[in-house]
Amino acid sequence: MTFSESEKVALRAGVAVGVAVSTYGFSFGALSVASGLTIWQTCVLSLFLFSGGSQFAVVGVLASGGVAAGWTAIASSAFLGLRNGIYSIRMAPIVATASWLKPLAAQLTIDESTAVALNQAEVRSQRVGFWTTGIAVFVGWNLTTLAGALVGNVLGDVDGLGLDAVAAAAFLGLLWPRLKQLQAGVVAAASAVLATILIPFAPPGVPVLAAAAVALVIGLTNAFRRREAGVEHPQPDDRSDPGEVPGLSTEEADS
Amino acid sequence: MTVWVVVLVASALSFATKYIGYLVPQRILEHPTATRVANLLTVAMLSALVAVQSLSVGQSIELDARIPAVLVAAGLFALRAPFIVAVVVAGILAAVLRLLGWAG
Repeated sequence: MTFSESEKVALRAGVAVGVAVSTYGFSFGALSVASGLTIWQTCVLSLFLFSGGSQFAVVGVLASGGVAAGWTAIASSAFLGLRNGIYSIRMAPIVATASWLKPLAAQLTIDESTAVALNQAEVRSQRVGFWTTGIAVFVGWNLTTLAGALVGNVLGDVDGLGLDAVAAAAFLGLLWPRLKQLQAGVVAAASAVLATILIPFAPPGVPVLAAAAVALVIGLTNAFRRREAGVEHPQPDDRSDPGEVPGLSTEEADS
Repeated sequence: MTVWVVVLVASALSFATKYIGYLVPQRILEHPTATRVANLLTVAMLSALVAVQSLSVGQSIELDARIPAVLVAAGLFALRAPFIVAVVVAGILAAVLRLLGWAG
């Protein structure tokens, strides 16, 4: 099998992103086991849920609220994963070239595979980028999840000392690249304030879930959209490509 | 409700969300509202999780070693430090502050 120059570029980008994202898997594995999930449960999340933000959310909500917060953990994870459905619609005509490929493509449709694919100019290279990135991240993410879970298990109780700060910093790191427009900034600020106000009044997990209302209100009304002299700026969150992902350099990432 | 139920239901919903995207018509993308709501939901959930993980202990708000740790992590993300570096530094800083007895 031979690849054209542009397909090789896509291939290399996929592997680079796979390596970069795999380090997140280690933090997830360690955090998950330290939060009270078993090694098996941790690995099942990476194998089957396979969406970083949602996995961290399940573990974070369970860590603060226990199984009593189970449904809010599920709902937070589902809300976080809705964007994957948008990526799937975008990727379907490009990568689902046969119907038996759809379930496989679906499982591998995440920020990274979509970003690398849409960063390529030709359809063939987009396909190579999608599958290479999806497979590289899947393999790397699951191996490092297992490694992180094993290390977290050995550390046992002593790692509890800075664990809550690790979780908070992890969510901040996932949020950071998404704060590129005024609208997203307003949603982030209002969500943080609303969740904080609700902490004393609502059961654990509910303050996080309640923040979905902020996204719905601002998303549906399209409030806080930046306009200058009546001209609307293009909004990154109106676009169905994920923008910046670790290990992938795009023009946008440099701006 | 057990942890296993949470793990399996969340996994099933994640796959269903992705798979449905391969079955529905492309024209959904012609209107940016669905895309915008999905993207903003991600921002809202992550931001609320940062707040709750930084401030809450059960149902009370406690200001402790997590605050300086998260602020340092924010500075590192602003300097484009790798994810794992910022996260590990935050964890170590919180642990050290607690060992020294400077923060709860």
